[in-house]
Amino acid sequence: MARHKIHVTVNGAAAEAEVESRLLLVHFLRENLRLTGTHIGCDTTHCGACTVLLDGVPVKSCTVLAVQADGRQVMTVEGLEKDGKLHPIQEGFFQEHGLQCGYCTPGMMMTSSALLASNPDPTEADIRRAISGNLCRCTGYVNIVKSVQHAAAAARTAK
Amino acid sequence: MIPASFDYHSPATLAEAIELLGRYRDDAKVLSGGQSLLPLLKLRLGSAGHLVDIGKIPDLEYVREDGGYLKIGGRTRETALEHSDLIRKKYPILADTAAVIADPLVRNLATVGGNLAHGDPANDHPATMMALAARVVATGPKGARTIPIDQFFTGLFSTALAPDEILTEIQVPVPPPKSGGAYVKLERKVGDFATAAAAAQVTLSAGGEIQRAGIALTNAGPTPIRAAAAEKFLQGKKGDAAAIAEASRLAGEAADPSPDRRGSVEYKKNMARVLTARALAKAIARAQGA
Amino acid sequence: MATPKTSPEVGGMGHSVKRKEDPRFLRGKGNYVDDIQLPGMLHMDIVRSPFAHAKIVKIDSSKALKIPGVLAVITGETLAQFKLHWMPTLMSDTQMVLPTEKVMYQAQEVAAVIATDRYAAADGVEAVEVEYDPLPVVVDPFKALEPGAPVLRTDKPDKKDNHIFHWEVGDRAATDKALASSDVVVEEKIYLPRIHVASIETCGIVADFDRIRGKLTVYMTTQAPHAIRTVIALVAGHVGLSEEKIRVISPDIGGGFGGKVPVYPGYVIAVAASVVIGKPVKWVEDRMENLQADSFARDYHITASIGAKKDGTMTALKIKTVADHGYADAAANPSKFPAGLFSICTGSYKLPSAFAEVDGVYTNKPPGGIAYRCSFRVTEAVHAIERMTDRLAQELKMDPADLRMKNFVPPGEFPYKSALGWEYDSGNYPAALKKAMDIVGYAALRKEQAEKRKRGELMGIGISSFTEIVGAGPSKHFDILGIKMFDSCELRVHPTGKATARFGTKSQGQGHETTYAQIIAEELGIPAAHVEVEEGDTDTAPYGLGTYASRSTPTAGAAGAIAARKVREKAKKIAAHLLEVSEEDLVWEVGKFSVKGAPQKSKTIQEIAFAAYTNHPQGMEAGLEAVDYYDPPNLTFPFGSYICVVDIDRGTGEVKVRRFVAVDDCGNIINPMIVDGQIHGGLTMGLAPALFEEISYDENGNVQGGSFMDYLLPTAMETPKWETDKTITPSPHHPFGAKGVGESATVGAPPAIANAVVDALSHLGVKHIDIPITPEKVWRLLHEKGAAE
Repeated sequence: MARHKIHVTVNGAAAEAEVESRLLLVHFLRENLRLTGTHIGCDTTHCGACTVLLDGVPVKSCTVLAVQADGRQVMTVEGLEKDGKLHPIQEGFFQEHGLQCGYCTPGMMMTSSALLASNPDPTEADIRRAISGNLCRCTGYVNIVKSVQHAAAAARTAK
Repeated sequence: MIPASFDYHSPATLAEAIELLGRYRDDAKVLSGGQSLLPLLKLRLGSAGHLVDIGKIPDLEYVREDGGYLKIGGRTRETALEHSDLIRKKYPILADTAAVIADPLVRNLATVGGNLAHGDPANDHPATMMALAARVVATGPKGARTIPIDQFFTGLFSTALAPDEILTEIQVPVPPPKSGGAYVKLERKVGDFATAAAAAQVTLSAGGEIQRAGIALTNAGPTPIRAAAAEKFLQGKKGDAAAIAEASRLAGEAADPSPDRRGSVEYKKNMARVLTARALAKAIARAQGA
Repeated sequence: MATPKTSPEVGGMGHSVKRKEDPRFLRGKGNYVDDIQLPGMLHMDIVRSPFAHAKIVKIDSSKALKIPGVLAVITGETLAQFKLHWMPTLMSDTQMVLPTEKVMYQAQEVAAVIATDRYAAADGVEAVEVEYDPLPVVVDPFKALEPGAPVLRTDKPDKKDNHIFHWEVGDRAATDKALASSDVVVEEKIYLPRIHVASIETCGIVADFDRIRGKLTVYMTTQAPHAIRTVIALVAGHVGLSEEKIRVISPDIGGGFGGKVPVYPGYVIAVAASVVIGKPVKWVEDRMENLQADSFARDYHITASIGAKKDGTMTALKIKTVADHGYADAAANPSKFPAGLFSICTGSYKLPSAFAEVDGVYTNKPPGGIAYRCSFRVTEAVHAIERMTDRLAQELKMDPADLRMKNFVPPGEFPYKSALGWEYDSGNYPAALKKAMDIVGYAALRKEQAEKRKRGELMGIGISSFTEIVGAGPSKHFDILGIKMFDSCELRVHPTGKATARFGTKSQGQGHETTYAQIIAEELGIPAAHVEVEEGDTDTAPYGLGTYASRSTPTAGAAGAIAARKVREKAKKIAAHLLEVSEEDLVWEVGKFSVKGAPQKSKTIQEIAFAAYTNHPQGMEAGLEAVDYYDPPNLTFPFGSYICVVDIDRGTGEVKVRRFVAVDDCGNIINPMIVDGQIHGGLTMGLAPALFEEISYDENGNVQGGSFMDYLLPTAMETPKWETDKTITPSPHHPFGAKGVGESATVGAPPAIANAVVDALSHLGVKHIDIPITPEKVWRLLHEKGAAE
């Protein structure tokens, strides 16, 4: 059972740990770093509740090893808010009732914040396609789409 | 779901990776995007004593034309293929394929090489690469060798790769003018493997007849299936509705699927037919527009 | 929409107040069970059976115990020492916690590994060696009832067959007679398959037994924390767990939908492990355990007959059902209702006679069944009547909308007593259907369909005009394990005029922290922003039966309003004292009492609250608080009309939902934004079983569809853009005229979709398709009729 020393930048802060080879990134975040905003919803890389940004790219952290994140940047839901101000995507979900039980919400927001970073003016079809690796059981997606649109509009106005 | 213990290696060079694979042989597995391997390990359906992560090896992610071939680095992410201008313009069949693999988050990590090297007939690139008559580059201790795609898939989850070889590149012949291709997949929902899918790549002659057709099927047997009879039938034919119907009928007959929750054998064979017809129609239309 | 009585600042009923729970969820600061980390906490993982029916010959834990970090392996024998290896179900049946003799379904719990971390526990599970001796498997409930079928419940000495219960309601003879004299009778077999709620958060527990204080604290994914506390006290009282020393905390819950009502063996084992070891023990199931072992929903094999006169007037409905309960009747129903509220099956129609019967059967499958976002078998009932209505329309060559309009219970006949005994509180069914037809453009769609048919294109329009029955329930009939199904609110108004309100229910995403605050705001004029709502901690909240069956607004919401009115009564006395007038001279308007004819003389609720602690009348108790345990006089009957438009791919059989218009009537609305959200979610959980989801078993009892690989939750790509609207018909008996809305759409949507698909194929002679309507099912019909591409 080999162990590895890893250095990961999580939400801008350096994190160091010695981890087992098989430790999943999601467990590293949740249990080692106590960043419990990233959730676990399935075992088969389907639900997307565990989505985080790895070097800015949304990935399912249950299907990445913690050692693979060595030397890289990870951003979780806890990193969205800056200086006490909600990220536009958080504000969008709040204003448009884009969440109910809140369990898929961090993953949804991470995925859609990455979408907006690469496509500031997505169509409804773009949004639905982008979030198709994230399952939500509560909202029926209608208000999630509106939330992303809200965030996109807000970001455009701010510019 | 927790994987059993294994050791993890992150070689900095290809040579080092090959050396590790040689050392651990069957007890080692290449970790590329990890989107098939890690779920398998988590479910403890597979095991490995050593994972050799090729993630830190330079120069394995690229998409470029060179020497008459489109060359795709083995670790190229599906999302890169999906969003490449070159691919969208000149190889729409590959863009079609990349866009329907798993889901967008998985595609951010999943790699083209991994999709082929996993040897899963349910994966999408194998059929596409067969339709394109691609070849793969396998790099091992003695250097690189190329393997024609038709010789690559040797059985369910097995390929022509030796235990100490890594799929480093995929080479697709640059299609002649008046070529077009398409990949059409039937899936129960986003993220699912294909109930059936068909890849078709055609090149038209100056007169508009089909000069060459490449047709292959996903999840239609223990390995990806080339619809050879359909390809042969189309040679020299006008790509009209009647020819498409006959070619797709032949493709349906080539399918040898297993029943599962996606459908019965009869349904899947019929879907191979229906989807081949759709892929061919789209491929021909694209070739005519090219 | 009615104009709200309160200002947006107060945020009473009718305002789309932004949710108070969101700030924590948006920042990843929710607190779900798996987020709880206690000092010294151990982890539990479960060994499960690969067989559906087998004797356990031997369990060898020796290899597992050698794994570093593995502390203990708990088996049925361990629990038997404490008489905890069996437990009662809510339906007076019994189920195993851990087996001592045999397993009864694939994925059943066999042993539990306790370890210092979850990785070691998982390794331990793999290392436990169990020897099984397979037994004959009973999968088909009809075969289970045949003479000579292996008797599954050998633990019950008197049990000689696999029949669990027979339940019937209505007048069989009169119904038979009415059917016999009907001009038209159609019969159909309808199967509602096993499905699973699959909330994105699975089930889990952290059990923390403090040996010194003798106190057990349980953090658990439960929709009914108080009931769980009582169950623990009843089941484990003999090992020294006493109800006042048990604290059940239901923290943030990542979706419930009925799946977090039952007590699962894993919970009990974790509690036992913590009590025995004296350390906190965490168990969180993974997705496959969740799908393969937790309570299922549906699994009703229905045979229905409906009769009518030539002109379409419905005459009678007769329904016979075989209910597959798995190896134990672990349904989460009110105790007197073994088939739940299935007798709502006469639906929205004036049916002079009706009869329904259900037989429960044991098979080698996980025990259940629970609701899947529905009020106890209402979805099954609605699917049956709405499919049968369309079958009848097809037989009579009538438009299904016309047939519905002809047979609706007329708006003037409420309260309406149904043939199966329910008193529908209020309704205006024609208005909802008309509104849905107008929005969707029904006539134009029929025209389009006719044109498309000529071109060989397949398009269908399906209607569902459902009536639900929710808000259980009146204590005369409704109890769980004898505990009456009231619910409660304890309201305290603090000296500065802010309030804390605690309820016996537990939100799992419905937004109670917001909507309950709005109810208090409406009644007292205290801004919703200043009403703190608490639920889910049995040490602090008043006793209640929990959140399921759309009962929170009808019961606990009502309790909130009544408690607020009690506070207002006291406030009136204080106001009279402060204003030196008699109570009769005071009038209440939002947030204040003023003197009749002298509106400038008034006292706000905040001033009154302050006085309640600083200047209350002599002889009156200080403080401003009230408790209400609300026993509803009747259930509520939300309804709606849904219209679905589908296009069908003739080549693949794929069904695409092009449009879906949902007109709902849930009575008066607390928060329109939240109501719409509930309907969107409910519709998606109606779409899912209609087209995608099913858990089935092969002949050996191997579960099919036991992971998200094959249990297909719709993504944003498969889910259409829902179109919603409302009519408002208040409940006459509810304190503020509300009815409950969380489940209407799940109940109403599946038949709309099924009816649309059958409608698309009806000209080919297709009469019925069971859900889930998979591409292959449709293709097969097209293929048989020679209509496939």
